[in-house]
Amino acid sequence: MREAILEERRGQVCVSGAGPLEMACNRDSLAGAVSQRACVFCGSRVVLYPIADALHLVHGPVGCAVYTWDIRGALSSGPELHRLSFSTDLQEKDVIFGGEDKLRAALDELIDRHSPKAAFVYSTCIVGLIGDDLEAVCREMTEKKGIPVIPVQSEGFKGNKREGYQAACKAMFTLVGTGDVSDVPPVSINILGDFNLAGEIWIIREYFERMGVTVVANITGDGRVDDIRRAHGAALNVVQCSGATLELAKMIQEKYGKPFIRASYLGIEDMAESLYAVAEHFKDVDPGIMERAEAVVRDELAKLLPSLEKFRKDLKGKKAAIYVGGAFKAFSLIKAFRHLGMKVVLVGSQTGTEEDYEELGKITDPGTIIVDDANPLELSHFIKEKDVDVFVGGVKERPIAFKLGVGFCDHNHERKEALEGFIGMYNFAKEIHASAMSPVWRFVPRRALAAGEKE
Amino acid sequence: MLLRHTPKEITERSALTINPAKTCQPIGAMYAALGIHGCLPHSHGSQGCCAYHRSALTRHYKEPIAAATSSFTEGASVFGGQANLLQAIQNIFTVYEPDVIAVHTTCLSETIGDDLNQIRDKAQKEGKIPEGKHVIGANTPSYVGSHVTGFSNMVKAMAAAFATRTGHKNGKVNVIPGWVEPSDMEEIKRLAAMVGVPIILFPDTSGVLNAPLTGEYKMFPDGGVTVPELISSGDSLGTLALGEWCSADAARWLDANCKVPCMILDMPFGLKATDRFIDALRTVGGVSVPEEVMKERGQMVDFISDMHQYFYHKKVALAGDPDQLIAMVEFLVTLDMIPAYVVTGTPGKAFERRIKELTKDVPYECQVKAKGDMFLLHQWIKNDPVDLLIGNTYLKYIARDEDIPLLRWGFPILDRVGHQYFPTAGYKGGLRLLEKMLDLFLSRRDRDDPEQTFELVY
Ligand code: SF4
Repeated sequence: MREAILEERRGQVCVSGAGPLEMACNRDSLAGAVSQRACVFCGSRVVLYPIADALHLVHGPVGCAVYTWDIRGALSSGPELHRLSFSTDLQEKDVIFGGEDKLRAALDELIDRHSPKAAFVYSTCIVGLIGDDLEAVCREMTEKKGIPVIPVQSEGFKGNKREGYQAACKAMFTLVGTGDVSDVPPVSINILGDFNLAGEIWIIREYFERMGVTVVANITGDGRVDDIRRAHGAALNVVQCSGATLELAKMIQEKYGKPFIRASYLGIEDMAESLYAVAEHFKDVDPGIMERAEAVVRDELAKLLPSLEKFRKDLKGKKAAIYVGGAFKAFSLIKAFRHLGMKVVLVGSQTGTEEDYEELGKITDPGTIIVDDANPLELSHFIKEKDVDVFVGGVKERPIAFKLGVGFCDHNHERKEALEGFIGMYNFAKEIHASAMSPVWRFVPRRALAAGEKE
Repeated sequence: MLLRHTPKEITERSALTINPAKTCQPIGAMYAALGIHGCLPHSHGSQGCCAYHRSALTRHYKEPIAAATSSFTEGASVFGGQANLLQAIQNIFTVYEPDVIAVHTTCLSETIGDDLNQIRDKAQKEGKIPEGKHVIGANTPSYVGSHVTGFSNMVKAMAAAFATRTGHKNGKVNVIPGWVEPSDMEEIKRLAAMVGVPIILFPDTSGVLNAPLTGEYKMFPDGGVTVPELISSGDSLGTLALGEWCSADAARWLDANCKVPCMILDMPFGLKATDRFIDALRTVGGVSVPEEVMKERGQMVDFISDMHQYFYHKKVALAGDPDQLIAMVEFLVTLDMIPAYVVTGTPGKAFERRIKELTKDVPYECQVKAKGDMFLLHQWIKNDPVDLLIGNTYLKYIARDEDIPLLRWGFPILDRVGHQYFPTAGYKGGLRLLEKMLDLFLSRRDRDDPEQTFELVY
């Protein structure tokens, strides 16, 4: 590789501490880039798919449905209809004559067989082009079948994941406000932006319940249609993540006057702060709540902190790289690594905004490399340059890290351990320890060589 | 459990695919293109497709998959993707420096009607393709055929783009392996070398998707068929196409355009198909089969004879791709097993006919469906169970639900490794299949047999 950075991409790579950070982000990827980014459909699908008692029908050629078939471990405590893959499997003649009849027939059959609480119909690239009137078909089927059949306008080319999140929020918002909220207590929230990977939302719910907060709807991890229908009854929306469901919180605020706060459940400070923020919000209605929140944090930390010590000892001074979907997650990860005595030397995201990157510039150590929408060459170049010990990323980054002889932790779809909550911090430390300290890296020629030179 | 959603009663479905046994064309084109040395696959469409295909291949091979995308936006979907592709070609050659860019279309660019050839010519005229570098293209509309079709289309595009007939025969034999694992491609090369026939294998993903860990990230690993080899394939003595669905189109193209005669064979899985492959190699290469090869064959037959009673009349349900399934079904019949249900998502009545013919003497009416799905397969099983499942990882839902052992074989395998390294093709590969099947059957007995009949020796 002569030069890792495309001339046009210079603005999307910055170094922390070298003057004000002006990231030229939120751009479309360059044509020809080996981008790690995904599309609108992907964004919609990851947000809605955990709603376990809904039918999810992908209207398009078979590919889109296959690639999103049960790939995220979004766990459900009950129904598991979301784990099947339904596709209208459009064929050439449908592309020419339209796929509306097929869609109608598919919905007819599926709703009869599975009696879902609602149906989401995702449009893919091609549906946007052949001009199927998704809305009309959905309206018709809603009437015929007596359940909400909701179109998700997620044509892949209409942007990246973020537009997909918006389409998903719009779809969900059609459900909000249709359920009875007379029995919702005043100290109540919705948990937004958590997908219950490895059972995470159950951990968070339990903390809130210990504080005396009622959770009305999980949006969307272990989600249920009827809960979402009642979501407008909750007094507060607690929104996690860079914005997958932020739009929904905004819509609810606008229409139903219910405020939202942003939260993160990753790492010790952010987890505790999130609980405190919710307690703060309800302290007038429920004066004892702050104390209970403190008790939760105290109890959990008393268990957690001693257990982290053994990992810290080994990990102190090791170097980490982060490349995640949304930048918000990166903030929490940076703090989590500090707790382990580690240094973050490279941080990037697929879809960060200007403010995100400014913030990253502030909270990272000088010299940290910050990238937007990076390609594998850039990532591997910086990982080697910065002599990284462990890399946090998603499915496409894992083998790159391994090829470089560097540890890896999946902080995306394919996480196998809950990483949220206080227990999540323990799991995170353990995963990082398991990978960064693995003896296998000693057998990697490049690193063995480097270690030899150092001695 | 998961598939409690599958009812036993089978009704005719026309509008709906449930739990597909196929995926879309572009991913096949991407996999094929990775089998050219120094090639960057390029997805002409929106970012999502490319990200999906890369992720899916990564999950199967546990390797980094580099591929670029035209990053379509709304504008491109209205005005066509020519500008995007031209810019992409320029950027790719500047930054990633591949020898070849292999472009495939997606449902989006197909529907818009972008003309790859014309765009490539324009890139050439505008000097965007550096001296000695190449851009090839294949049409892979996702709403036609399946991932297998996409693979075949890209392999044909390789031949069409490079193969040149100079009139001087090169003394080699083209072997088109089809969509098999890198380990299988390696095995095919090993067998050919043993038989003593020099071959040009394309595509060849060995050394690309089972590369060693060195501590360096190589966008273009060492393996893959080279451009000079592809060019020379037009001068070969003949072509052996392994698999009608994956490889025949390319072979026929070479036959028609370069006068390289072709033979369409089955993929060399199992005893008889491997026999035919070795025999064909021997014939086109004009050599005799050496003792070593016969020894490997003899070992396989020996294994079968030693343990045949445990295979006898075991019922199997299979899902996968046509070429693989045909070879596997034949193998099962050879072992006196019963291929009871066979499903592929790839369309093609010829497939159904071939399976019917292979199983005509089996004492069980084999159910077969092309353009079927795993939902249907599960329904069949619910009506009359089997002893073994063979297919990709998605079958694990059925395996768990019905408590049937699963032999992971095909694409994708998302939850195990080994397929990259250990072939199932050829005699050696056949031994591995036998070992795996036997282990599944006997582990079951060790687990399920009551204590009184629990046996030490099999
Ligand atoms: S949009 Fe078309 S090409 Fe892309 S993944 Fe979906 S089916 Fe495949």
